[in-house]
Amino acid sequence: MKRKITIIIIIILCFLLQSTLFKTLSIASISPNLLIIVTSSFGFMRGKKEGLFTGFLCGLFIDIYYGSAIGFYAAIYMYIGYFNGFFRKIFFPEDIKLPMILISASDLISNLLVYLFRFLLRRRFAFRYYLLNIILPEWVYTILVTVFLYFILLRINQRLEKTEKRSASKFV
Amino acid sequence: MKRKPKLNFPARYILMGLTILCLISVYVSLTLNLSGGPLNTVAGYVFVPMQRGINYVSTWILDKTEHLKNLKDVMEENKTLKVQVDELTSELNSIKLEQYELDNLRELLELDKKYPSYEKVAANVIGKDAGNWFSNFTIDRGTKDGVDVDMNVIAGSGLVGIVTDVGPNYAKVRSIIDDISRVSGMVLTTSDRCIVHGDLKEMNANQNILLTDLKDSEDQAELGDPVVTSNISDKYLEGILIGYISTLEKDANNLTKSGSINLAVDFEHLDEVLVILDKKETGEESK
Repeated sequence: MKRKITIIIIIILCFLLQSTLFKTLSIASISPNLLIIVTSSFGFMRGKKEGLFTGFLCGLFIDIYYGSAIGFYAAIYMYIGYFNGFFRKIFFPEDIKLPMILISASDLISNLLVYLFRFLLRRRFAFRYYLLNIILPEWVYTILVTVFLYFILLRINQRLEKTEKRSASKFV
Repeated sequence: MKRKPKLNFPARYILMGLTILCLISVYVSLTLNLSGGPLNTVAGYVFVPMQRGINYVSTWILDKTEHLKNLKDVMEENKTLKVQVDELTSELNSIKLEQYELDNLRELLELDKKYPSYEKVAANVIGKDAGNWFSNFTIDRGTKDGVDVDMNVIAGSGLVGIVTDVGPNYAKVRSIIDDISRVSGMVLTTSDRCIVHGDLKEMNANQNILLTDLKDSEDQAELGDPVVTSNISDKYLEGILIGYISTLEKDANNLTKSGSINLAVDFEHLDEVLVILDKKETGEESK
């Protein structure tokens, strides 16, 4: 229960920051994608199911507020959370390489999917342009933010796991 | 000791279930044009107050840091500027004359006259699109203040966008620079109609939006001519300034022209907007 509430608060906080503060701090009108960091992190830290739900919630918020059809971003983020869950087995908290690779891959893939469904299908073929001017800048900015946000999320998750272990051992 | 028995579905079934749910809701919201409904209400009460707060604080901090940073530069600048002031005062006099002429011309175009007749409500921009692909934003006025879907949003001198979705205390606005935005426009000087549409590429590169299908058979439209919303648009009120023609070229079909428009509104620094509470009256709605 505590975990669920914490995750929901994290998502709400990141969503708010992403749509307000980071828009003010945007560089060349590009801002980082915090929600993909959250989705991806909980995917590989906690497994498929939690990644899936985290992603679904993140996407749903975007859909309600800024999407044109409810469910589009929810589906994309959900799949990203789910597939990050596969890497839980090879995830070690001390190692930052895997999280970096996974988060940056998630960001790229989510943007490619947005391009595919919302731009390519409307005959916007200049993929190279969008890649160089939207996708890659966001990717770089997101990675920069990941360095800070990932460790905060990791710390929160470790604390949650500790309290969960303690309360679980009480009932044995 | 066993506590309540827990149903434990494997993740892939949940994934499948939610995927189907998403597909259905995408289909439903695209075909029936439904919006979040109750979700909007809940989201409105959760997010809007917080967004407003964060926005306030972040702009305040940004302001303060810039103040400090600027102080040093300003001292130096002050010296050089004083010299410039003298030069500029003489220039100003001649420009004042031109301004007077410009005001007269504007009055003739009735740009200023048209707006005040509508009932408007001021709103603050509280959040911008979470991604970098589209240019939607949310404002802190909703159904409680009389804002409704399809109302026009303007800022100072020109058109900003249209309300696409509304909650009790917030509204979603799609700006005209958004890649999927389409506005029926009209070149004011010649009354030739055209389609104005946002384009992410053009917006990023030149801060312009595109204009196509301009029927200008007599080659009268010139660079710098104002483009306003047309009278045949079914959602946008007539005569709201969009911007000024910045480039214009003949299409391959030799009948129509296309080009780009220099925007009248500064979208980069959009903080306050006005929502026009009058909706366009079309024959279909008033039956």
